[in-house]
Amino acid sequence: MEYEIVIGLEVHVQLNTLSKMFCGCSTKFGAEPNTQTCPVCLGLPGVLPVMNEEAIRLTVKTGLAFGCKVSNFCKFDRKNYYYPDLPKNYQISQYDKPLNVGGSVPIRIKGEKKAIKLTRIHLEEDAGKLVHNICGGSGVDLNRTGLPLMEIVSEPDIQSPDEAYAYLVSLKQGLKYLGVSDCNMEEGSLRCDANISIRPKGVLQLGTKTEIKNLNSFANVKKSLEYEAKRQEKALGGGERIIQETRLWDAVNNKTVSMRSKEEAHDYRYFPEPDLVPVVLDDEYFRKVAGEIPEMPDIRYERFIAEYKLSEYDAGVMTSDRDLADFFEETSKQGVDPKKVANWIMGDFLKEINTAKVGICDVKVKSPDLASLIKLIDEGTISGKIAKDVFAEMFVSGKKPETVIREKGLIQISDEKSIEGVIESVLKSNSKVVDDYKSGKKSAAGFMVGLIMKASKGKANPKLVNELLKKKLSGL
Amino acid sequence: MEICDKTIHEIKGMLAKKEILPSEIMKSALSRMEKTGKFASFIKTFPEEALKYAEEQDSAPLKGILSGIPVAIKDNMCIEGKETTCASHILRGFVAPYTATVVQRLLNEGAIVIGKTNMDEFAMGSSTETSFFGNTLNPWNKDMVPGGSSGGSATSVSLGEALGSLGSDTGGSIRQPASLCGLVGLKPTYGRVSRYGLVAFASSLDQIGPFAKDVEDAAILLKAISGYDAKDSTSVNAEVPDYPEEIKKGIKGLRIGVPGEYFLEGIDDEVGVCVRKAIKDLEHCGAEVKNISLPRTEYAVATYYIIATAEASSNLARYDGVHYGLREKAGNIIDLYKKTRSAGFGDEVKRRIILGTYVLSSGYYDAYYLKAQKVRTLIKEDFSKAFGEVDVIVTPTSPTTAWKIGEKTDDPLKMYLSDIYTISANLAGIPAVSLNCGFSAGLPVGLQLQAAHFNEAVLLRTAYAFEQMNDYHKKRAFSEK
Ligand SMILES: [Zn+2]
Repeated sequence: MEYEIVIGLEVHVQLNTLSKMFCGCSTKFGAEPNTQTCPVCLGLPGVLPVMNEEAIRLTVKTGLAFGCKVSNFCKFDRKNYYYPDLPKNYQISQYDKPLNVGGSVPIRIKGEKKAIKLTRIHLEEDAGKLVHNICGGSGVDLNRTGLPLMEIVSEPDIQSPDEAYAYLVSLKQGLKYLGVSDCNMEEGSLRCDANISIRPKGVLQLGTKTEIKNLNSFANVKKSLEYEAKRQEKALGGGERIIQETRLWDAVNNKTVSMRSKEEAHDYRYFPEPDLVPVVLDDEYFRKVAGEIPEMPDIRYERFIAEYKLSEYDAGVMTSDRDLADFFEETSKQGVDPKKVANWIMGDFLKEINTAKVGICDVKVKSPDLASLIKLIDEGTISGKIAKDVFAEMFVSGKKPETVIREKGLIQISDEKSIEGVIESVLKSNSKVVDDYKSGKKSAAGFMVGLIMKASKGKANPKLVNELLKKKLSGL
Repeated sequence: MEICDKTIHEIKGMLAKKEILPSEIMKSALSRMEKTGKFASFIKTFPEEALKYAEEQDSAPLKGILSGIPVAIKDNMCIEGKETTCASHILRGFVAPYTATVVQRLLNEGAIVIGKTNMDEFAMGSSTETSFFGNTLNPWNKDMVPGGSSGGSATSVSLGEALGSLGSDTGGSIRQPASLCGLVGLKPTYGRVSRYGLVAFASSLDQIGPFAKDVEDAAILLKAISGYDAKDSTSVNAEVPDYPEEIKKGIKGLRIGVPGEYFLEGIDDEVGVCVRKAIKDLEHCGAEVKNISLPRTEYAVATYYIIATAEASSNLARYDGVHYGLREKAGNIIDLYKKTRSAGFGDEVKRRIILGTYVLSSGYYDAYYLKAQKVRTLIKEDFSKAFGEVDVIVTPTSPTTAWKIGEKTDDPLKMYLSDIYTISANLAGIPAVSLNCGFSAGLPVGLQLQAAHFNEAVLLRTAYAFEQMNDYHKKRAFSEK
C-alpha cells in the first residue's frame, strides 16, 4: 500500500529581549547556574509578574510578517503542572486567545512554491533546566526560567521530511530577518518538536501520530522524520497499530526510541492568569509594528531574480541572510555586475567568513570596497588572481583595495615594453625550455607563461603576456 | 491611659509637640506585649530591633506620617531577612529575600515593625483557628475567636501591642476580625494598594488593608500604603486623596443604601438592633437613607468559594518541597511532592486545594469556574447599579458577634457563612470598611460600609461622622488594672 506522510511542527523560539518575560533579569546565555534570577522568576511567595512589552511587540511583529490574524486583546493563562524546574508549578502561557492565529510560512521545494499553514503563534515563559550529576543527585538551574518564548505551531500541513526541513530553514530565515530571535539551536533559542503520522494515500482521516522530541538540529529533524515514517509504514504494513506516544531521537544510533509508552493524561487546568491585566492593542500599534517589518526573504528572493537577473541558486544564497542580502544589494548598486558580486560573495567572502567565524555585519570589508575591487579587475588594473590576495588583506585589515594594491605594489603591468623585457630575460635564462619548444614540444609555451608570470610576481597582464610571447615565439 | 492605648493621631500630635519620644511609645507597646502574650497575636516579634530603631528616631527629625509608630504585619507579607510562614508548617524556615511594597511604604513613613501576626493558615479561615502555631484569642473575651483570617493583626491593635497593623482581605479577612474585635478594618479597592510581597491566596480577590483603633488612624494608614506600584500589574495608577483631611468633610446629603438582602435570616437579633441604630445615627448626621436591592447576594458565597479555591489551588502549587520551606524525605520526585504537601498543609488548606483543583479540572471548568466568573460579573453589575442610586451601602459586617473557640471548626460550611456579608465586596473589587457600632453581651458588633471603586474617602467620611456621634471606638478591650 502507498502511504502519505502528515507532519506538524511545534517550534519554540526564544525572543531577542534584554530582560525576561515577567521580570528584569538578564537573558544572556551561558551564565553560572542561578545567577540570572530574582524573586519573580524564582516564583518566590508573594511575587507578581510584570509583562515585558518588548516580547509582545516581537510576537506581534512575527504574526504580522507571516500573515497571521493578530489579536487586539492579549490575555495570559496559567498552565498548571508539577515539575521541579518550574518554580511556580504553573507556566504563564496563552491558551484560548493566542496573540496570533493562522498565517503561513512560504517554502520552496524542487522549484515549487508552497505555503505551510500555521495554527497559531503564542507567547509563554520558559521553564528552567534540571542538571543531573553522575552521583545521582539533581540540581535546578533557573537562569532560563521566565525567558520569553514564542511557540509557533504549524498545521499538519507538511507532507515530507524534506518539506519539514525547508519549512524550518524558511522559518528561521524569516525570524532572523525580523530580528526577533537569534535562532541559535545550540543555545536552545530555537527548539523543535515534530508530530508525524501516515495514512494510506487518498484517505482523508489522519492516522495516529507520534511526537518526536529532543531534536537539536534541522538535519536531525529531517532524519528522524524519515526514520519515523519508515518505522510507521513498516508497522502498519505488518498489521501493527501505531500508538500515540512521545519518542526521542537517538542521534547516535539514528533512530527514534519510545519515551513514554502511553501519553500521560494531563489536565493542565488552564485558567486566566489573575496577576496580569490583559493588554489591549490598537490598530495604531499594529501600524507602527508593521512599519518595522523588513522585506521578507521570499519576496526578496523573487526580486533579486527579477531585478539583478540572478539564478535561482544565487538568489537563494544571497537572500539566505538579511545582512548578506543587504551587502549584496549595496555592492551591486555601485555600478558593478551583480553576477560578479554574487560570485565574490559566494566565493572568497563566505569562505573568509566561515574560516574567521565572524558575523556578516562584523566583516571589515565594506560594500563600496568590494565594488571598487571588482571595478579594478574590470579595468585591468589588477588580475583576478591578485584580486584574491587583495581581498584577503582587505578582510583582515579593512583597508581599501587601492590602498592594499599601492602598499604592496600590485598594479598589473600592461605596458608592452616592460612585459617584453621580462619575456626577454626569462627566455634568456631558460634556454632549455626554448629549445624544447623549438624541437616541437608546444606545451613548453604554457610553462614559459608560468615562468614569466612568476618573474613579474604575478603582476603582468596575462592576456598581454600570452599575446607577446606568442609573437616572440613565432619569430624564433 | 497608657501610651499604647492612644491613637496614632493623638501620638502624632504629642510627637510634634515633643511631649513624647519614639522610644517611649515603643517601650509602652513592648511592655503591653509582655502582659498580653497569652492572646497569641504574634507568630514572631522583634522587640530589640524595634526598640533600637525607636531610639534612633528619638534624636532624628520626624521621618514621615508614621514616624515612631509601632506597627504589626500579618505573617503573609514579606519583609527582607524575616521568616514568612503564613502560619503554615510548609513555609517554615522561608526567609524572604525582599520586602513587600506595603511594608516598604510604612517603613518609608517612619513606622517600626514590631512583629509578624498570627493568622489562619495561608489566610484560609474565619477565626484564626487554622494557624499551625495555635489560635489567637479574642481581646474582649478569651473564650472567643478573634475572627479571621487576620485575627492576629486585629488583636495586636485591639490589645495595644501595636498602634496599627496590616491585614489581608480575600473574602472579609480584615473586616470580619475588625468587627469581632471592635476595630476599624478597611479593605481598599482592588488595585488601590500593591499586592507585591503579599503571599497570594486568591490573586483576583486579595487586598491589603489597615486595622486601626479609629477612623482617623485608618485614614492615616491607608494614605501611607496606597498608590501605584510598577511591580504589581493589577495596581491602578489613580490619585490618592489625602484621607485624613477628606474624612472631616461631613456627610450632609450623602445617599446611604440599605440592601434588603443583608437583613434576612441568620442575622443575630442584637447585631440587627445595633446596625439599625447606626443607620438612624447616620440619618441624624444629614445622610439620606434609601432601601436598595442587591439581588445576586445569595450567590456570593458559592461564587466566592469556586473562584477563591480555584486560584488558591494554583497559587499554592509552588509549595512542593523543591525550592524552600519544608521538605519530607522521599525516594523520587512525585513522592517528594506528595509527602511534603501531605505533611505541610493543614486540613482547611487541603480542603480548598482539592475543591479548587476540582472546579478547574477539564469537564468541570465550564460548570463551575466559568459559571462563577459569569455570576461574579452579575454581582459587579448589582453594585454598579446600586451606586447609581446611593453613595454608600450599609450592612452588618458579620451576622453574629465573636463565637466560642472550636464552635465552628467541625462545620466548614457554617464557618464559610460567617463571611456572607463581606464576600461580595471582594468579588466586585469595591472598597469596604468595618467599624464598631455597639456591643452585644460585651462583644463588639461591626457595621460595614461599602462604596464604589476608589471611593475610600466617602467610606471613611461616613465612618468618621458615625464615630463623632458615639464613643464605642474609645472603649479598650484590655485594661492594665
Ligand atoms: Zn528574574
